[in-house]
Amino acid sequence: MLRLFPAITVIVLLLPVLAGLIGTVAPGFGYFPAVGGTSLSVQPFRDLFDWAGFRPALSLSLRTGLIATAASLIITMVLLAGWHGTRAFRWVERVLSPLLSAPHAAAAFGIAFLIAPSGWIVRALSPWATGWERPPDLLIVQDPGGWAMIAGLVAKEVPFLMLMSLAALPQTAPEHSLRITAALGYGRVAGWFKAIFPRLYARIRLPVYAVLAYSLSVVDVAIILGPNTPPPLAVQVVKWMGDPDLSMRLVASAGAVVQLVLVIGVLCLWRLMELAVTYAGLHAIYGGHRMRRDGAVRAAGLGLGAMSAGMVILGLAGLAVWSVAGFWSFPNALPDAISSRSWMRFGPDLLHPLNHTFVIAGAATGIALILTIACLEAEHRHALTPASRSLWILYLPLLVPQVAFLPGLQAITLLLGGGTHLGMVVLGHLVFVLPYVFLSLAGPWRQWDARFDTVGAALGVTPNARFWRVRMPMMVAPVLTALAVGLAVSVGQYLPTLLIGGGRIQTITTEAVALASGGDRRVIGVAGLVQTGAAMVGFAAALLLPRMLWRNRRGMRG
Amino acid sequence: MRGLELRDLHITINGAPLVTVNTTVAPGQVVTIMGPSGVGKSTILAAITGSLAPAFRFSGQVLLNGTDVTRLPPPARRIGILFQEELLFPHLSVGANLAFGLRRGAKDRRAVIDAALNDIGLPGVADRDPATLSGGQKARVALMRMLLSDPQALLLDEAFSKLDTDLRAQMRDLVFTHARARDLPVLMVTHDHEDAAAAGGPVIAL
Repeated sequence: MLRLFPAITVIVLLLPVLAGLIGTVAPGFGYFPAVGGTSLSVQPFRDLFDWAGFRPALSLSLRTGLIATAASLIITMVLLAGWHGTRAFRWVERVLSPLLSAPHAAAAFGIAFLIAPSGWIVRALSPWATGWERPPDLLIVQDPGGWAMIAGLVAKEVPFLMLMSLAALPQTAPEHSLRITAALGYGRVAGWFKAIFPRLYARIRLPVYAVLAYSLSVVDVAIILGPNTPPPLAVQVVKWMGDPDLSMRLVASAGAVVQLVLVIGVLCLWRLMELAVTYAGLHAIYGGHRMRRDGAVRAAGLGLGAMSAGMVILGLAGLAVWSVAGFWSFPNALPDAISSRSWMRFGPDLLHPLNHTFVIAGAATGIALILTIACLEAEHRHALTPASRSLWILYLPLLVPQVAFLPGLQAITLLLGGGTHLGMVVLGHLVFVLPYVFLSLAGPWRQWDARFDTVGAALGVTPNARFWRVRMPMMVAPVLTALAVGLAVSVGQYLPTLLIGGGRIQTITTEAVALASGGDRRVIGVAGLVQTGAAMVGFAAALLLPRMLWRNRRGMRG
Repeated sequence: MRGLELRDLHITINGAPLVTVNTTVAPGQVVTIMGPSGVGKSTILAAITGSLAPAFRFSGQVLLNGTDVTRLPPPARRIGILFQEELLFPHLSVGANLAFGLRRGAKDRRAVIDAALNDIGLPGVADRDPATLSGGQKARVALMRMLLSDPQALLLDEAFSKLDTDLRAQMRDLVFTHARARDLPVLMVTHDHEDAAAAGGPVIAL
């Protein structure tokens, strides 16, 4: 029975993606029975290419995606190269979890509030430095260049890449290498990039690809921070998907196909860039430059890292202040009056979506945990060794753009009997929750000292009893962390709910993003804060429960 | 035929031969397997308990009191093992660790456990967190946990290597005394000549 679970898990990951892809691609070539399209045609693509915004949208996606990914990777690596293992780095580790658990949409709103003409940054500089007595009429948020959106992506991607790097680093034993490069006279940063980066990058390649694919296809952050005339391609596809005119679905599907091709193409391009960097890197290594004076680089790394973290933290603080702000005149740093009116007025409306949020998140995370634990336990009991391609399968849902397969899933739901199934929405969330839950739990599970199990067996205890009486209790903390990760991922999901639910199922995230166009700061503050709270609730439990449970067990504390 | 018998136990790693043993351990006897690290001493014990890693394969038989246990699931073999680390379950109290080991069907479990703790000179620690015990105390609890499961043979996988010299002699005496009192065949893996000398039985050098 247990042996079947790895296969079941692969099916749960692959089937929705593949079926969804087919269901999305088919209408792109004119096959969409709902509007009478039953023959193949390339008309949807002609309509797409005729859209005046097509080229700008495409180049915007390409530019923001590439720049955000490259910047995130560079900031992460310079921060690691300059500071890993130092006292200052403990701060990086400390702010990592809260930064990671803040949902993309809430972080984007926070950044929008921070950099907006009436945001804290302008307020802090006015009027003494800027001379502005009123908020300036500048397009800072949703700027046509997409820089605000890039900032929003970088702020969320640096913590992710940092987490992945920190997980992979111990295998490269960086302190040994750094001691040697230092003894050979290399500066810290040069030693790191020449001796450790190549090995580290090989281990975080898939997360980097996931970040790249995500940045190219992101929708919620783009709606909040990105330009909208035209928006990035993925956002336009979602707009067309929601068009009351059903025939626009065909153009949307054609757009989704282009989005998929874009991501595949850019991943290939990135691979080529990797080769170029490898070549240049080898050249640099042969050159033997010591680069001992790297203080400026280290400072820049720390500064950029602090900036990207500071944006999120100050942004969330800004959401909190706006949510309780009464009248707030420019350029005061704090509201003139504090009031609970926004919470009283909008809070109750959020209870219903919040309820949906937790039902969906709970179901998706619960299923993901069961599948993950069953797979890992099957691996342990039957001494299976996971193939290296299994990691690719795990990452597949994170590499394929969401707009390229979620609409197809909805189309299939409609074919299977119409209506909006909460179950299908849960399945849509599961596809994204499962990889993160698995990645979070697999490390601690596999590192467990299997001799505890040998002892249990020698004491005459059966495998199932050992699982419940030894393994699970010892794994409580990592399981709770995986649960928290799963909940946070699900709470933050925007497109799976929107596209599979057909707009009829509201979660706190779809509600929050929908508020973006309204621009009411106070209600956005309330919604963004509730969304952040919902995503963090699991982490609080994962932190507190084991401490309470193992209050009298010193061996169970980290 | 009583005792633990390894009949043509031949272990390979990734297809290459690693080690072969043929020996019989009589009840109450301690047989020592000695050799440098990497020759497969611990692997032999893993084959006997049924916890070989997948890279290893073995042929031959393990007989316990005349019964072939080679294909039995590990919990059914009734072969106890002690490692260098005590491996007390960190989430359970000392008493619960012993209760985990105590064979099913034993009556008055709490009383049995208290008596067992008395027996190893640790009265009244049943409710303690195992992490608060000293190294020697942990080792004694680990031994008692194994003995309470009523094994028919005992394996020692470098069980004394972590202890310092004084404690080591004490612990060795305790283990051997208890094993003899129960008439258990003991198979010990070690790289320490003193262990072998104290055991007093045959030594297999690998």
